[in-house]
Amino acid sequence: MANIREILKERILVLDGAMGTMIQRHKLEEEDFRKGWFEDHESPLKGNNDLLSLTRPEIIKEIHAQYYSAGADIVETNTFSGTTIAQADYSLEKYVYDINFESAKIAREVADEFTANEPNKPRFVAGSIGPTNRTASISPDVNDPGYRNTSFDELVVAYVQQAKSLMEGGVDLLLVETVFDTLNAKAALFAIMKAFDELGKELPIMVSGTITDASGRTLTGQTTESFMISMSHMPLLSIGLNCALGAREMKQYLHVLSNKSEFLVSAHPNAGLPNEFGEYDETPEIMGQQIEEFLEENLINIIGGCCGTTPDHIEVMAELASKYSPRELKVIA
Amino acid sequence: MSLHPDYKGVYKYKWNNLPFMQLSGLEPLVVTPELNFINVGERTNVTGSRKFLRLIKEELFEQALSVARDQVEGGAQIIDINMDEGMLDGVDSMKKFLNLIASEPDISKVPIMIDSSKWTIIEEGLKCVQGKSVVNSISLKEGEEAFKRQATLIKRYGAATIVMAFDEEGQADNYEKRVQMCERSYRILVDEVGFPPQDIIFDPNIFPVATGMEEHNDNALDFFRATRWIRENLPGAHVSGGVSNVSFSFRGNNVVREAMHSAFLYHAIREGMDMGIVNPAMLEVYDEIPDELLEKVEDVLLNRRSDATERLLDFAETIVGNVQKAEKVLEWRNNSVQERLSYALVKGITDFIEADTEECRKLYPEPVEVIEGPLMDGMNVVGDLFGSGKMFLPQVVKSARVMKKAVAYLLPFIEASKSGEAKSSGKILMATVKGDVHDIGKNIVGVVLACNNYEIIDMGVMVPAEKIVKVAIEEGVDVIGLSGLITPSLDEMVHVAKEMDRAGLKTPLLIGGATTSRVHTAVKIEEHLKGAQTVHVLDASRSVTVVDSLLNENKKEPYIKNLQAEYEKIRVNHAKKRGQKAFLKIEDARKNKIQIDWNDTVIVKPKRMGVQLLEDFDLEKVIQFIDWTPFFQTWELHGRFPKILEDKVVGVEAKRLHADALSMLNKIISEKWLTANAVFGLFPANTVNDDDIEIYSDESRQEILAVSNQMRQQLKKVAGAPNNCLADFIAPKETKIEDYIGAFVVTTGINIENKITAFELDHDDYNSILIKALADRFAEAFTEYLHQHVRQETWGYSLKEEFTNDELIKEKYKGIRPAPGYPACPDHTEKETIFKLLDATKNTGVELTESLAMTPTASVSGWFFGNEHAKYFGVGKIEKDQVESLANRKDKKYEVMERWLSPNLNE
Repeated sequence: MANIREILKERILVLDGAMGTMIQRHKLEEEDFRKGWFEDHESPLKGNNDLLSLTRPEIIKEIHAQYYSAGADIVETNTFSGTTIAQADYSLEKYVYDINFESAKIAREVADEFTANEPNKPRFVAGSIGPTNRTASISPDVNDPGYRNTSFDELVVAYVQQAKSLMEGGVDLLLVETVFDTLNAKAALFAIMKAFDELGKELPIMVSGTITDASGRTLTGQTTESFMISMSHMPLLSIGLNCALGAREMKQYLHVLSNKSEFLVSAHPNAGLPNEFGEYDETPEIMGQQIEEFLEENLINIIGGCCGTTPDHIEVMAELASKYSPRELKVIA
Repeated sequence: MSLHPDYKGVYKYKWNNLPFMQLSGLEPLVVTPELNFINVGERTNVTGSRKFLRLIKEELFEQALSVARDQVEGGAQIIDINMDEGMLDGVDSMKKFLNLIASEPDISKVPIMIDSSKWTIIEEGLKCVQGKSVVNSISLKEGEEAFKRQATLIKRYGAATIVMAFDEEGQADNYEKRVQMCERSYRILVDEVGFPPQDIIFDPNIFPVATGMEEHNDNALDFFRATRWIRENLPGAHVSGGVSNVSFSFRGNNVVREAMHSAFLYHAIREGMDMGIVNPAMLEVYDEIPDELLEKVEDVLLNRRSDATERLLDFAETIVGNVQKAEKVLEWRNNSVQERLSYALVKGITDFIEADTEECRKLYPEPVEVIEGPLMDGMNVVGDLFGSGKMFLPQVVKSARVMKKAVAYLLPFIEASKSGEAKSSGKILMATVKGDVHDIGKNIVGVVLACNNYEIIDMGVMVPAEKIVKVAIEEGVDVIGLSGLITPSLDEMVHVAKEMDRAGLKTPLLIGGATTSRVHTAVKIEEHLKGAQTVHVLDASRSVTVVDSLLNENKKEPYIKNLQAEYEKIRVNHAKKRGQKAFLKIEDARKNKIQIDWNDTVIVKPKRMGVQLLEDFDLEKVIQFIDWTPFFQTWELHGRFPKILEDKVVGVEAKRLHADALSMLNKIISEKWLTANAVFGLFPANTVNDDDIEIYSDESRQEILAVSNQMRQQLKKVAGAPNNCLADFIAPKETKIEDYIGAFVVTTGINIENKITAFELDHDDYNSILIKALADRFAEAFTEYLHQHVRQETWGYSLKEEFTNDELIKEKYKGIRPAPGYPACPDHTEKETIFKLLDATKNTGVELTESLAMTPTASVSGWFFGNEHAKYFGVGKIEKDQVESLANRKDKKYEVMERWLSPNLNE
């Protein structure tokens, strides 16, 4: 495999856009989520997108291919909710290995096809590790602020399993993303190190946090700089931000990372803020104008999109990214 | 001089090749040499504070949290938490207390020091904090293997660590052992474990002095020397210690103890100690220690004479050691009880809530009115602060807790009151809809409603419609509340409404969550639920009012009627936005222009025509024109100036901000931070073809300098109301009446970048935003000044006007100065016309970006209209035919024009 660290010194790499938005276009029904795997499952599965890597792999492969064709260097596996914790809501804990392994495998296949056709632009696969739907820092019961419905240890167990099955499926990188609770993400990093120990192999790690709103903080109240400090105890490939904000709103927080982090910086913002119907409707062109500001100001090493972004958005980004040089790593005196 | 014979002078940090130690709570703490000394709060330590131990043992967590909060407010930059007590389950207590702290942003903003002699307790602590904390402590006591294993784990959990000068043989109790053990520990950590050197903090043991035992005489001095050696020889490592140990012999004599702590710190910091566990309340100011006491204390610390201990002991007996430190006065406690309740809610303080609630209860005829009045007012403040990003989630939850306590206190009184005001309020079903797992908003709404005596049936997340309907019927609920955050939840809510309708439910439906909206609720959901009302609830604080209005027999009918009317209006507006009927064709709109009798209109010929400059203008002259209200809006402080300064909620903040603004304003003027330029011109002009204004070079009106293409309202108006266009305020060419127009570009932002860059380099966002906000105000004020100057002198049509600034702000004068990009002329491309007409870039330094924004941003450009009928209006939505017309008139492609006008295009 080509060395991604070397490539990142030369150019800005492009991450893919939203998976959910693309899946929605297929207007899938309950049976699509069950096909061949969960025909008799007792509870509804529609909306559990990670399952599609098993039940409709051709759709997921096609989406990966669309993003690579649009110019993405890295696609994320369809495993945002691929933990026992997140799958517990569907009583599908025991399929977590399959979800991650198969998702990694199909992304790997698509990546290898593209790399073979275009050897000077090697394609990478990042194993997507989501935040789960529980938070280790906030009580779900407002009357009992000391209570937690998950724990560091529980998260570590779930994340070790996810990380290992992604690695066995052949990912090149691990991406801990949409971090709204830094403690969850710390558990993910802890688990990844454990997975590395167990498999005797290490991969580059990307971390991407989520600044929730105008307060400039994560959901659990940390400022961008605090989040960065709390995540910097591991030798990360990159640290960045994604989701919740559009590029316009995200920029000021990227400045913080760009100024202060010793790691590479990534960003995959939403296509603007949701409109009154909850749709993300920023066009590739408008979003591109914002992204170009990131590039002009040298804030970024890896760029991509989150909610509402499509191959059209990524195509614009890829074209822009090729025109600018990447942010240089801060060298400590 | 250094106390260490090998080194000279005060220690100066020398490891600039290494990164700084970075710690974090909710906020960062970067330990730079400039910080000098990091204060670690020690009161949340069961081994050091009897009070804290009692609070933890008796599970009085609220008060235990107050101990922590007091320390942070008192200046602690890190707080040390220790639960090492035989009677406590240390692991459980550590977890419990750290979890509680996580919900208190005013405590958890600082990093945590996890303090225990037991590894299991430390490890539990590390699993509970999201920030980068400090472990206190590990050592070689149990051998190298344990030490390495613990250090490796600390690194993986993401924390710095204190390392005690302690090994397999015991604690280092002289200089040589301290140096030897610290060096050995350092080498293992850095070379073998790969621990970042800047994250190592040595505690070389602070032992008591003046114990009467000779071998203790060098205890302080050895610490000072070891500190210096470590800082000079172990790259990046820090030195910390528990200071109060040193004065152990003088327990009960606080005067002597405080003096010893201060003197000890004074010397230790000079030798390089940069962190310490201290009780700020037990610290005298070094310079204020009486000379005689200081001399005797330092004799002891530095072991300067053999009888030092006896002399200090003798002297200590002469001091009455019971100086009572004054209790910190809490200023907010002096406010009225309603304000105190509101404050406690906003700040999430529970300490006084019962007493205040009781006091308030006596002021109201019915206890329930305390809830409906001051408590709900307070909660509304919280909701608003949350909604506007001034508070974040943990604070809101905290506020709800205060509310709950107050309500719990009032509940028995409410039940006992005979007035029949027994609002057992109602049952409310809450659910996050199928496919969605976001429930924080729903939970908050649940708490807020429960605070108000509603029974909540919380069905959790991902709840299918069928289940909601089933439970609603079984439980006979009064209201159903749906929540969701992601996009598809909007459709699911529509589905729930349909299902409810199919089951014949007549239960009101509440819709909430970040992506929901009034428009969506009115347009897409309401129609499906025929038997009951659907309501969009903007935020939690409003939920009570909504539910109350829906269930209260008296309020219900008018409330629903109003709401339906409102939603109907939204639908109509929405349809209007989309539909064709409500718009006029542009030629018809032109026919419906305002009718001005030009023969009866006074038009004054400007005293001075052509382009004029005001260069490097003295900003002092425009201060009186500043409109402060928008300045506060920039800072999300809402209210009119100057009343806002007295506002009971934001007044304090507003006053502080205003004072900072005035102080910067003075510097801007005295130190000439900003350069102000203006260019303006008055020209002969006439309207042609309804919407265009021809601007001429001179009174012959032959040579056209520029044509201003204005936009016209196209929305169909009620009979008699005109479809406005700015061009209507200039006499049409065919009337042969000589009319005039003015144009201007003003800036007060030249050179602002220098200051902004300086502030930003200094990480001073506050001042960086402040100067931008002030420059914007100056630009508006300068424009106001210029407009007055033009009205009274250059054009001179209004020689006698005398307005106060307030009247100016309310635009009481004759004539207007609309700016391109704003409602009366939304077309930004008109700026190009103005800039060309005035050669504005050359004359003022203001440039237009490719999207036609002005830089510097503290700039204003626009037109002057002097006609007495001229007024501001909004063009609003327009149709494609006007875009086409504008494209033709401006000789631009249709697509280009459409792009510029897209926000105004009706589609």
